[in-house]
Amino acid sequence: MHADPKGVLTGIHFIDGDHAACEGALAAGCRFVAGYPITPSTEVVERFAARIPLVGGMFIQLEDELASSIAIQGAAWAGKKVMTVTSGPGLSLMMEHVGYAAFTETPCVFVDVQRGGPSTGLPTLPAQADMMQVKWGSHGDYEPIALCPNSPQECFDLMIKAFNLAETYRVPVFFMMDEVVGHMTERVVIPEASQIEVVERKWTTKKPGEYRPYETDESLVPEMVKAGDGYRIHITGLTHDERGYPAMTAPAQDKLVKRLVNKIRANADKIVDIREDGVAGADVVVVSFGITSRVAGAAVEAARAAGLKVGHLRLVITWPFPAKRIRELAATVKAFVVPELNMGQMALEVERAAAGRVPVLTLPHAGGTVHEPAAILAKIKEAAQ
Amino acid sequence: MSEAAPIKKGKGTIFLTLEVCKGCSYCIDFCPAHCLEFSREFNRKGYHYPVLSSPEDCTGCDLCGLYCPDFAIFGMRFKDIEQRRQAAAPEPLIPARG
Amino acid sequence: MSATELPVCEIENPVMPYLRQERLPHIWCPGCGIGTTVNCFTRALTDSGMDLDRVAIVSGIGCTGRVAGYMNLDSFHTTHGRAIPFATGLRLANPDLAKVVVYSGDGDLSAIGGNHLIHAARRNMDLMVVCVNNFTYGMTGGQVAPTTPIGATQTTMPYGNFENPFNLPFLADACGAVYVARWTVYHVKQLAKAMLEGLKKKGFVFIEAMAPCPTLYSRRNRLGDGVDQLKYYKEKSKVVNGADTKEVGLTFQGDITVGKFVDRDRPTWLEAMNEHYTHHFGDRYTPYGGSHAQD
Repeated sequence: MHADPKGVLTGIHFIDGDHAACEGALAAGCRFVAGYPITPSTEVVERFAARIPLVGGMFIQLEDELASSIAIQGAAWAGKKVMTVTSGPGLSLMMEHVGYAAFTETPCVFVDVQRGGPSTGLPTLPAQADMMQVKWGSHGDYEPIALCPNSPQECFDLMIKAFNLAETYRVPVFFMMDEVVGHMTERVVIPEASQIEVVERKWTTKKPGEYRPYETDESLVPEMVKAGDGYRIHITGLTHDERGYPAMTAPAQDKLVKRLVNKIRANADKIVDIREDGVAGADVVVVSFGITSRVAGAAVEAARAAGLKVGHLRLVITWPFPAKRIRELAATVKAFVVPELNMGQMALEVERAAAGRVPVLTLPHAGGTVHEPAAILAKIKEAAQ
Repeated sequence: MSEAAPIKKGKGTIFLTLEVCKGCSYCIDFCPAHCLEFSREFNRKGYHYPVLSSPEDCTGCDLCGLYCPDFAIFGMRFKDIEQRRQAAAPEPLIPARG
Repeated sequence: MSATELPVCEIENPVMPYLRQERLPHIWCPGCGIGTTVNCFTRALTDSGMDLDRVAIVSGIGCTGRVAGYMNLDSFHTTHGRAIPFATGLRLANPDLAKVVVYSGDGDLSAIGGNHLIHAARRNMDLMVVCVNNFTYGMTGGQVAPTTPIGATQTTMPYGNFENPFNLPFLADACGAVYVARWTVYHVKQLAKAMLEGLKKKGFVFIEAMAPCPTLYSRRNRLGDGVDQLKYYKEKSKVVNGADTKEVGLTFQGDITVGKFVDRDRPTWLEAMNEHYTHHFGDRYTPYGGSHAQD
């Protein structure tokens, strides 16, 4: 179905990634945001706070990230599309509630505008060091989805996709920006609402009495309801059965956790989103994401100008990870190069998928600035030997 | 599974789901008519449960019901019991032939 | 032959329709006061005449946190200490819900949840908070809580508690709650009445319900059974409606001041928002929630 025009600021804008992300959320139908200020993400909620009164929705700045990350889930169960926005330290605080969202299958979007860490780190400077945290940060087994925009335009476009994925799969979806993408100002084209496809929540057609909150078909995604409609649902973070009632036994745990994990794993092929440039027949493939992909692009061009057969594989969605594609490429390439603004995180996934068949060269970077194209070029040349 | 104590003296009576009672004594100690006492028998869980020691004193005030943490006991006035019974009455059965 | 025999009628406990009967019996101990508070709550729900399809209950973690799981309402068993923010999101995202009730324990609401308690009260969020205070962390085996009186022994204060406890009504009052009351589970009628008033009240309602924890708090402190605690409540309670909440702190087995301490009116967060934006934007602004009426 089409986006609600009330939230779509159609036109050509010159805005930064944070602002574009906010517009993407509004266009996607997000009408409830609870947040807490944290550099470099604050502009997302500041803009939302300014825009939402006349769009028709709710913004509340709560007392901390723990409150924000669970308030949005209360709002989701009241029927709204919801989002919260943070950076590293806030994301760490939100982790318990990431697990709650995953286990109760509450659709929500968590925006992380990454900055230097650990701890207070570099509040105003970029990093990409939360990539593994969003996959493994909460306790227990769960499968999130994570998207990685590399421009303000993508902050708008991919945000709509993020909400659509949250509604389709009823999982917490992470929007992994970084300080540079968040604060760079570029041209952002926002189309007419009629050209924006949004996914409606999978509302049940069953009547109260017939409906079971966690009963599923082959899609593994249950139908949802909202509070106040007479379904008298019970939702709990305890291990539960199809009725939503606590069922604290090993068999119930096995059934539930496996379904939740398979919900994404079985649909990984549909979710995976990578952009390839010159990968077919390449000797070296550079695997990158986010702001590093902009730098890597320049390095790849320079390498090709120097006569090397280099491909560029950009991870638009990092989780689920495109292991299948990497495995395929590991049969034909000489090496992978994985530049990222961290000490080696997505590189571990590339290594895992490559299974030792080819070397995976990394450019560990503690963050604070972006790589130099020359450094990536040098690594590509090293890989080509 | 309720078990009725249908003694037709006094203004009301109590109903007790025997097996859910945990013998906490709230109802016995705080019945304003002091008409409850512990049974001699045990329920299946090994608890003594309340019985009407003086049924004619029970007014059906349901204070016991308000106290009971296990939702085991409740009181009701006879006229309310009668109202409920009539409301739940089925259609008269068609008499059998022959 | 006429065959209009009335069958023996099964008279159901009037509380049953409010409960998820397939989940009974509940997990609470013999003499635990939580079930008693639930009776008071269901009495209040009946008397309120509210559409129960539109009443939601949110709990945290702990023995009292299990209340949500037994109530036949839209019920949410959330994370430890975070029932209030979850309820805030639920409440604000759907102002047409008749009421959102937070039902949780003293540890959940005032320790890990303390920050959310004070802010929701400050904002005058339209929530009714029932805080069952048994002076301990029951579910995990009886550890000290921010409400445990000085001198009481708990597992993490094995030689007696030396830490100053909260005076919860004072805390709620100071933060701006519009309705603050304390009753014990001895005072079942008054507690039910307070809950009824709370359901009808707009804004942040805080009701402390003192209840026994016979298995842990009472046993560790040799205070007898649940019924012995109720006798203590009966003997040592004094009803002082309108009391200065500063004066209602509790001591170990000491005097208890109960009553309705605070009942005032101020705009809820949502009312304040709508009024503010209407003033700022004029006709361009459509008040959020439309007909946010309480019935």
